[in-house]
Amino acid sequence: MSSGSHAEHGDHGHGDHGHSDHHDDGHAHGSMKDYVTGFILSVILTAIPFWLVMTDALANDQMTGMVIMAFAVVQIVVHMIYFLHMNSRSEGGWTMMALIFTIILVVITMTGSLWVMYHLNTNMMPMSHDMSQMP
Amino acid sequence: MDTHPAAALSPIFGRLSLDSLPLHEPIVVATFIAVVIGGLVTVGAITKFRLWGYLWNEWFTTVDHKRIGIMYMILGLIMFVRGFADAVMMRLQQAMAFGGSEGYLNAHHYDQIFTAHGVIMIFFVAMPFITGLMNYIVPLQIGARDVSFPFLNNFSFWMTAAGAVLVMMSLFVGEFAQTGWLAYPPLSGIGYSPATGVDYYIWALQIAGVGTTLSGINLIATIVKLRAPGMKLMRMPVFTWTSLCANILIVASFPILTATLVLLSLDRYVGTNFFTNDFGGSAMMYVNLIWIWGHPEVYILILPLFGVFSEVTSTFSGKRLFGYSSMVYATVCIMVLSYLVWLHHFFTMGSGASVNSFFGITTMVISIPTGAKLFNWLFTMYRGRIRFELPMMWTVAFMLTFTIGGMTGVLLAVPPADFVLHNSLFLIAHFHNVIIGGVLFGLFAAINYWWPKAFGYKLDVFWGKVSFWCWQIGFWMAFTPLYILGLMGVTRRMRVFDDPSLQIWFVIAAIGAAIVAMGIAAMFIQFFVSFMKRKQLADTTGDPWGGRTLEWATSSPPPDYNFAFTPVIHDLDAWADMKKNGYERPLAGFRSIHMPSNTGTGIILAGLSTVCGFALIWYIWWLAGLSFVALLAVAIAHTFNYKRDFHIPVEDVITTENERTRLLSAGA
Repeated sequence: MSSGSHAEHGDHGHGDHGHSDHHDDGHAHGSMKDYVTGFILSVILTAIPFWLVMTDALANDQMTGMVIMAFAVVQIVVHMIYFLHMNSRSEGGWTMMALIFTIILVVITMTGSLWVMYHLNTNMMPMSHDMSQMP
Repeated sequence: MDTHPAAALSPIFGRLSLDSLPLHEPIVVATFIAVVIGGLVTVGAITKFRLWGYLWNEWFTTVDHKRIGIMYMILGLIMFVRGFADAVMMRLQQAMAFGGSEGYLNAHHYDQIFTAHGVIMIFFVAMPFITGLMNYIVPLQIGARDVSFPFLNNFSFWMTAAGAVLVMMSLFVGEFAQTGWLAYPPLSGIGYSPATGVDYYIWALQIAGVGTTLSGINLIATIVKLRAPGMKLMRMPVFTWTSLCANILIVASFPILTATLVLLSLDRYVGTNFFTNDFGGSAMMYVNLIWIWGHPEVYILILPLFGVFSEVTSTFSGKRLFGYSSMVYATVCIMVLSYLVWLHHFFTMGSGASVNSFFGITTMVISIPTGAKLFNWLFTMYRGRIRFELPMMWTVAFMLTFTIGGMTGVLLAVPPADFVLHNSLFLIAHFHNVIIGGVLFGLFAAINYWWPKAFGYKLDVFWGKVSFWCWQIGFWMAFTPLYILGLMGVTRRMRVFDDPSLQIWFVIAAIGAAIVAMGIAAMFIQFFVSFMKRKQLADTTGDPWGGRTLEWATSSPPPDYNFAFTPVIHDLDAWADMKKNGYERPLAGFRSIHMPSNTGTGIILAGLSTVCGFALIWYIWWLAGLSFVALLAVAIAHTFNYKRDFHIPVEDVITTENERTRLLSAGA
């Protein structure tokens, strides 16, 4: 670390912060093939839940709900990969980090709330009257 | 909606009528008259000295992160005075209302005051202060010319200001919420709060929340993308690190607040039943959701100040921060853990033992990284050449105060203890102990530390010390009695008391508040005196404290473009490293500099949002629709604005840099 290496260089005189690394993956915008694949997958993943509900194929409401939720999760992944071009390399790995952090927080929030509300509901809301009778 | 007689709604003015003005409250009327006179004097002075053009062109429409930062700080200071006035009124009321006396505030007014005090101090004092600080310092610390999205920054500021305007408006037009600062339903539902108070609360927070979220996104992008070459993540100054974590928390948690308030407004406006008592609603869900935002929020407030203390400690001890990487990891740990403790705000609501013990333990766990930070600061001071300048004094005061506040916090984290202390004045004393001792003391340290950077002269030491000692004495006098009262079982938000033996404690607390008031006055005197003595106190070097980070490498105040050449970073504490290695400031080879242009769109959009919020509060539907359409139109029109940037001509850069060379050689 000589003092010479501390000289500031003028390459960034245009204020565009030229060291930004948004060119580090050349195919940030995806190809036609990606979009078509994503589109077809989305249509299939939407059509199946529709079919399940319309034909009542599983004959079990709770089961149907679970299956639809599962398809919704897959749908989210498809959107992220094919339309939002998520992968572990884009933006120097920051998008993946953000995604992981988001998932952690969403899981904490959802499971935590369900757990807490289940407790509160059991302990604090003795429902002597039948809610289905309410208008 | 059937709780409102529809006949009372005027098609033009909605719920608004002459009866909405609180003319029956003499205190409010007197305040209103004082505010009108003060406002007229200010407007008159600005007009007389022909400052409107200057203010509009140089400040209101600016996209310079430094000026926006200063405007945030001014907003915070103004609202701080308002919030503190509320605090003094409460202290006075509680000191008087004994032995059959009703005090001087009626319940309607008193309940608004304690709500407004909490809302203002958190959303419109602490938040603008930390956002302003991050706005000013972060780009300088990472060697950037501005934030990533300069227009967005201006827009964010004005949205925050718009929220503050709505809160202030509620003082004179209608009323503010009487629900406590988090507006728990069912009290905040339309059945129990049919008037405009809660609507003011909702729309002020929603509009300000847009600004907060956008500025969080902006600062994350800035820190991730605009660091000077060579500044790897583990070479970032600690303040930048803590700012990054605080902004991630903002972006991750504010949407929860927004969604919760949307559900509450649906309950109030269209008659849904998310949080009502009947039809399947659950008020407990609101409490659960609002604290999932609320707990990260307190870490949003304190984390940037932890960064400030780190910078101040290492600068004034004359050595590198002890345990830099442990500091960073502690910050990241706190960031994640802050999402795992929210239930400790409602241990008493009725969860079972397993839930309460889980959240009790996580709460105790989060004190470990915080404790690690404290030891890092102490070890930084150990064997350092400590200079007890004002920022360092505030930092040492913080360490003492915050540690005690933290210990009472761990006490409250024990669920059985919390069952005794929940909603008592002990809790009030605890969170003021950490918020004043942490956030406010940190802000005062930051203001004293970076004022010379922002304005080119140091702050007066004498008045700074007066302010410091008034705050220390006043703070402990005001809040120690509350700990004692809380242990005796006195609950918060009480207006009158029966037991005369308690009065002496409230009188002591009121005297403490008066001493704090003197501390605040001394701070304003300090600003004024320093301005008058700015020639004597001038800082020509740009580095008045022997700083270690990059913001001290440029002039005080920095030029519009911050750095004529983007610095290259070789080590942590970049500026200390540059000084040690005999860095020489380049004197030639300047180029013109590409900068963003000012725009008035931010203030116009925020103005329209204020109108829209006001119309929604008063059910003036046509105005709400009209202003919302106008909002969209202006936003779309702005996308066609192609005059977004300009170049600072090279001659201007040379003039500015030569002036700095002259000042540096004159000082040397």
